[in-house]
Amino acid sequence: MSAPLIPISGLSVSNRQEMGETLEKGGCSASSCGSSAGPADMDPKTWAKVKDHPCYSEEAHHYFARMHVAVAPACNIQCNYCNRKYDCANESRPGVVSERLTPEQAARKVLAVAAEVPQLSVLGIAGPGDAAYDWRRTKATFDLVSEQLPDIKLCLSSNGLALPDHIDEIVEMNIDHVTITISAIYPEIGARIYPWIFYQGKRRTGLEAATILRDRQLQALEMLTERDVLVKVNSVLIPGINDDHMVEVNKAVKERGAFLHNIMPLISDPAHGTHFGLTGQRGPTAAELKKVQDDCGDGANLMRHCRQCRADAVGLLGEDRGQEFTLDKLPEVIEDAPEARDAYRAWVAEERQDRAAAAGTAEEAAAHAVDAPTLFAVCTRGSGRINLHFGKAVEFQMYEADAEGIRFVGHRRADNYCLGGYGDEDRMEEIIRVLEDVPYVLCAKIGGGPRKRLADAGIEAIDSLGEEYIETAIAAVLQQKNARTDRAAKSA
Amino acid sequence: MAYKIVTAQCTVCGACEFECPNAAIKFKNETYIIDPDMCTECEGKFDNPQCAEICPVPATCIPA
Repeated sequence: MSAPLIPISGLSVSNRQEMGETLEKGGCSASSCGSSAGPADMDPKTWAKVKDHPCYSEEAHHYFARMHVAVAPACNIQCNYCNRKYDCANESRPGVVSERLTPEQAARKVLAVAAEVPQLSVLGIAGPGDAAYDWRRTKATFDLVSEQLPDIKLCLSSNGLALPDHIDEIVEMNIDHVTITISAIYPEIGARIYPWIFYQGKRRTGLEAATILRDRQLQALEMLTERDVLVKVNSVLIPGINDDHMVEVNKAVKERGAFLHNIMPLISDPAHGTHFGLTGQRGPTAAELKKVQDDCGDGANLMRHCRQCRADAVGLLGEDRGQEFTLDKLPEVIEDAPEARDAYRAWVAEERQDRAAAAGTAEEAAAHAVDAPTLFAVCTRGSGRINLHFGKAVEFQMYEADAEGIRFVGHRRADNYCLGGYGDEDRMEEIIRVLEDVPYVLCAKIGGGPRKRLADAGIEAIDSLGEEYIETAIAAVLQQKNARTDRAAKSA
Repeated sequence: MAYKIVTAQCTVCGACEFECPNAAIKFKNETYIIDPDMCTECEGKFDNPQCAEICPVPATCIPA
């Protein structure tokens, strides 16, 4: 198997000091300026829960990896965006898996990944199917894993219908993180998303189904937050169905204590065989999604770094090493390496302090150097650094700099969910399309051809900043640009 | 009087096994099958056969 996701060695940066010195020093810390919720934004107990969870902390997602195991295929509802038969190794979206596992097989797989990937911090069960409905298999898997790997956090995702029946066990099992998918509060809207639910021995449809589901979802949310379990609410944004309704969903879940609200774009394609796919329901554009997220700005904290990963994903968000850990590839004897995870976590603790300090300095500098909000597309394979070759990037992490600071604002994919179907030429076209409003691409290296293609499209590719922290590099770019403008003004 | 599972359409999610009040559904040779001797079509227990109520694929749990 290949090396860990982020090489722990070789992360020292030669020019950080130098660059730091060129930046103006300031007193503003990254966490108080940005929205990437760091330790300064929440109480210590909550921070302790989320600091290693890549989905619950944007900051953590630069460092920590999650894995999903598909052990719970049975589901108690039908959603119009789901087709239970689907399975494709090239597809990356929720509900898609390549192999289903028994709890015993899943525990073996988790052990194998933990031994190989020191970044692993979270095990999630997130379909296909419903983790709370298919509870026996979910519980059996978690029990096996927590016995062998007590340092791995447990996390589950559910439609909520069966959740209220398992709240006490969830608390007993130390499942600190639960995701409930709530896409509608009004039953009239829910009925257009859920054709049926199975509840108390009966298949129910229409408003009855949507009302029961909504009530059980909100009940589960309240019960969990009362017990200090962090709840993330996922909502699937479906244009024409719930886009105008999302602010109300956001408000309702915030009132009930949701820690995060993750508004995800519907993924819809006739080839997926879903009701929405077959009936031509489209997903939202990036701009539509951003508008809805911005409209919800004052409500529950929004998650903007979701990658809508596969139900058997392994690795950092935005990266999937699942195919390296299929059952047939697991070693006979698995030796756990908890000391590697301990060492990695200790390294992260130092690194993230260092990064926060660097980001604080950079943000202060950037605030002086930027006049209009400016977008940056960053090629990174983690650790908050520019450390990925442009040609290797299948997604860009998007940062926005303005007078308020430098913020992570989401990611943009350039593989259109399916790498197999694109040649290099198609990929460049796709990249230029998704980055059309972005003036700068920051990467570790870029070839002459792609650099020119980007330049022709008005996008400047910068690969001269080494493995710098993202915020530091952005500040440097802005300052250099200002210096150039000043020089030009003086010589004119 | 019994139900059967149309194997070619079955997604093997196992929800029917979970819901069957008679424990008539078993996982065998990579698929789920209903033991006709144990299946009562849920009569006296539920309004409709539970396997058909929960099955996500149309017309896959049907009268034998």
